Amino acid sequence: MSGIKDRVAVIGMGCSKFGERWDSSSSDLIVEAAYEAFEDAGIEGKDVQAAWLGTVGSFRTGQPLAAALKLDYIPITRVENACATATDAFRNACYAVAAGIYDIVLAVGVEKLKDSGFSGLAVAEPAGADVNPPVPPPSQFALAATRYFHQYDIPYEEGKMTLAQIAAKNHHNGTMSPKAHFQREVSADQVANAPMVAWPLGLFDCCGVSDGAAAAIITTPEIAKTFRDDYILVKGLGLSVGAFGIMRNDWDFTHFPESVRASQAAYQEAGISDPRQEIDLAMVHDCFTITELIIYEDLGFSPRGRASDDVAAGTFSLEGELPVNTDGGLKCFGHPIGASGIRMIYEVYKQLQGKAEKRQLKDPTLGLTHNLGGRPGSFTCSVALFGTRD
Amino acid sequence: MAGISASGAYIPRYRLGPETDGWDSPGQRSIANFDEDSVSMAVAAGIDCLRGRAREEIDGLLFASTTPPYAEKQCASIIATALDLRRDIFTADITDVLRAGTTALKSALDSVVAGSAKHVLVVASDNRQGAPKGEAERNSGDGAAAFVISNEGIIAEQAGFHTITESLIDTWRSAGDRFIRSWEDRFAIEEGLERILAEAISGFFDKEGLSVKDVAKLALYSPDARRHGQLARQLGFQADQVQDPLFGRMGNTGTAFPLMLLASALEDRAPDQLLLAVSYGDGSDVLGFRTTPNIAAPGSGLSVSGYLDSGQVLDSYETYAKWRDVWLTDSASRRPQAQAPSVTAMWRESDQNIKFHGAVCNQCGYVQYPPQRVCVECQTKDDSAPVRLSDKPGTVFTYSLDYLAGTVDMPLAIAVVDFEAGGRVLCMMTDREVDEVKIGLQVEMSFRKLRVVNGIHNYYWKAVPVRKAA
Repeated sequence: MSGIKDRVAVIGMGCSKFGERWDSSSSDLIVEAAYEAFEDAGIEGKDVQAAWLGTVGSFRTGQPLAAALKLDYIPITRVENACATATDAFRNACYAVAAGIYDIVLAVGVEKLKDSGFSGLAVAEPAGADVNPPVPPPSQFALAATRYFHQYDIPYEEGKMTLAQIAAKNHHNGTMSPKAHFQREVSADQVANAPMVAWPLGLFDCCGVSDGAAAAIITTPEIAKTFRDDYILVKGLGLSVGAFGIMRNDWDFTHFPESVRASQAAYQEAGISDPRQEIDLAMVHDCFTITELIIYEDLGFSPRGRASDDVAAGTFSLEGELPVNTDGGLKCFGHPIGASGIRMIYEVYKQLQGKAEKRQLKDPTLGLTHNLGGRPGSFTCSVALFGTRD
Repeated sequence: MAGISASGAYIPRYRLGPETDGWDSPGQRSIANFDEDSVSMAVAAGIDCLRGRAREEIDGLLFASTTPPYAEKQCASIIATALDLRRDIFTADITDVLRAGTTALKSALDSVVAGSAKHVLVVASDNRQGAPKGEAERNSGDGAAAFVISNEGIIAEQAGFHTITESLIDTWRSAGDRFIRSWEDRFAIEEGLERILAEAISGFFDKEGLSVKDVAKLALYSPDARRHGQLARQLGFQADQVQDPLFGRMGNTGTAFPLMLLASALEDRAPDQLLLAVSYGDGSDVLGFRTTPNIAAPGSGLSVSGYLDSGQVLDSYETYAKWRDVWLTDSASRRPQAQAPSVTAMWRESDQNIKFHGAVCNQCGYVQYPPQRVCVECQTKDDSAPVRLSDKPGTVFTYSLDYLAGTVDMPLAIAVVDFEAGGRVLCMMTDREVDEVKIGLQVEMSFRKLRVVNGIHNYYWKAVPVRKAA
């Protein structure tokens, strides 16, 4: 197994404005993201040899991508893998290039959530016998929060404040992201005192439900050199899918094995032994504040049960030791499910190129993205690592 | 020889009472939660009755109710499946009249006497709806009783029977009626209840060569407390012969009512006592039972007194009115409309969803829910045995209180429950006060109705805090 490290490069990326895009269809969002990527790479639609479209519910096939961009009878595959959808579309595109099948490919993620008329996620499940309890996403992660506080003996008020600081950090970062859904400061007190959604998680512990799209142009490092000097290399790709659900009595709800496995796979490919020291920025799946807290531990950034110390120390703020969710994260940039993974890659790509404007970190060379989809006990998790060229 | 070998009951946790805002009655009555109906309460009473007993023994199940959820489709078969009884049993719904409970008891006794069955489970259950704030609503209660009628191990032997049939429109509901209707009170009581019960009870005494003084306890149907006292006196019974009718605590539970009073009388555990169960509706059934020395052994269920003593008075009539759908409100949160369940999937998953079977791996012994073809622990394929989890105690491992899930009882308590015997399930909680939901809470499973879509009543199990007598 040779792995993906340094075998593919990203030469262009685009990302639509995220938010309540009442005026735009899914296809409009695709055009907005893909044309920015084409322009960034200096290519045209006709240069794309194959494409992958990631979407959870906006389209059923890959064909709408061809229709939106008028792609020329090329192969297109629709990918759906919960909240890891976009990263998995990107991953499959990378493998096709690494296998030597294509030179230039396109990966797009898109989601149009706000046409449903419902707040929160309102994705219809197949009916079946219909006896499973309705467990909306906030409650799925509230189960983890309740147990986390209990296991580490964290008083409710203290736990709420730790989570609130994560939301406040991401809100602060969002104010510097022109394409983010929410661009407004929110204080930790406001977060902690917000109306309850799924105890112990309140309104501001939950990420935005948004419309959006993001796109990436992938090629080989050799071809990348002919397009631009500041292309970005893929260093590692990990994907882990949980099989045990909550059927095991010994699972603690305070760590997500899928995140551990996917990150370890990616670290191994990239040759990373000390993620906290080696990684310069991370875009992680902060669907809820508790998720980001647990991810710090699952990804090896913080010791088990101690992530709150790092939150208090500001480790993950823009000025901290390991900035996390520099663009506002799912919390503020928004979470159009099938687009989020490539949106994260977009931020890492811009940071590594030094084009992240007010959010720009000092000379980052290695960035991580992480998506977690499904529900506790049966997640799909993707981790991707990106680096600057030597 | 035929008689009662076990008895049990179920009374919902919640009550309307003097403390209930908007409820103007000095006494309490029991009320089914929004997710309870006659079928779910019958299952609960059946569980109470069958505690510590081999369920494979049961040869038949009779379900008596005036409030079966289906007009066409048997309910006894749902109850038998939820109770995990054998397939080769006879089942029937006995409905449409408040007398149905005693009719079911008599039918079960006849089956056992005839030798067609050794053990028959009888469950009577009702949640009748009176019009809001009316007399029927005030005097009614919701509850269920269950008995095993057997030819051995008898705690109360059959001791006579008499019945009167007379068609009388004093209390009725037609198809499509939501609320109980009744004719003028004075006519209904004098020409109905008083005349017919007198005839039935004197007929019983004449037939059996007994008299009023032979009776230790009378389990007597009556629509309300005042009539109950009057009737017992008119029939010649002394106050100490009359089983407490529980008006002001439970209320008239319809078909289940005389059976619950009988179960209550059995809780005295006194041998050689003549007990009379008297029902009313289009006539009357009078059933005599004589307790045997076996009755001294304590039962393992909560029965009437245990469920009575573990109640909780609702704060507000409005909550009850929402549960009954007589107070129509805008849904608290916008959610997509519930889809009709797939009947095919319901049938395929009946063992896991209705019997609440998990699986125990024959190779490694790991208990898992729902049953898996490939073991979650050792990955052995197709080598497990079913294990019933519905009667296993559990503990809350973690939980959430959800304000968005679109439930009647906001917030929706969602819990991860670990069973003592192994196995873990993610489920809804019900009959819970928000401040009692904690990690470590002891729970038991309760069969509840999730929703009705396309006329399909979809039942499943929820976790409830363990009901204990105070």
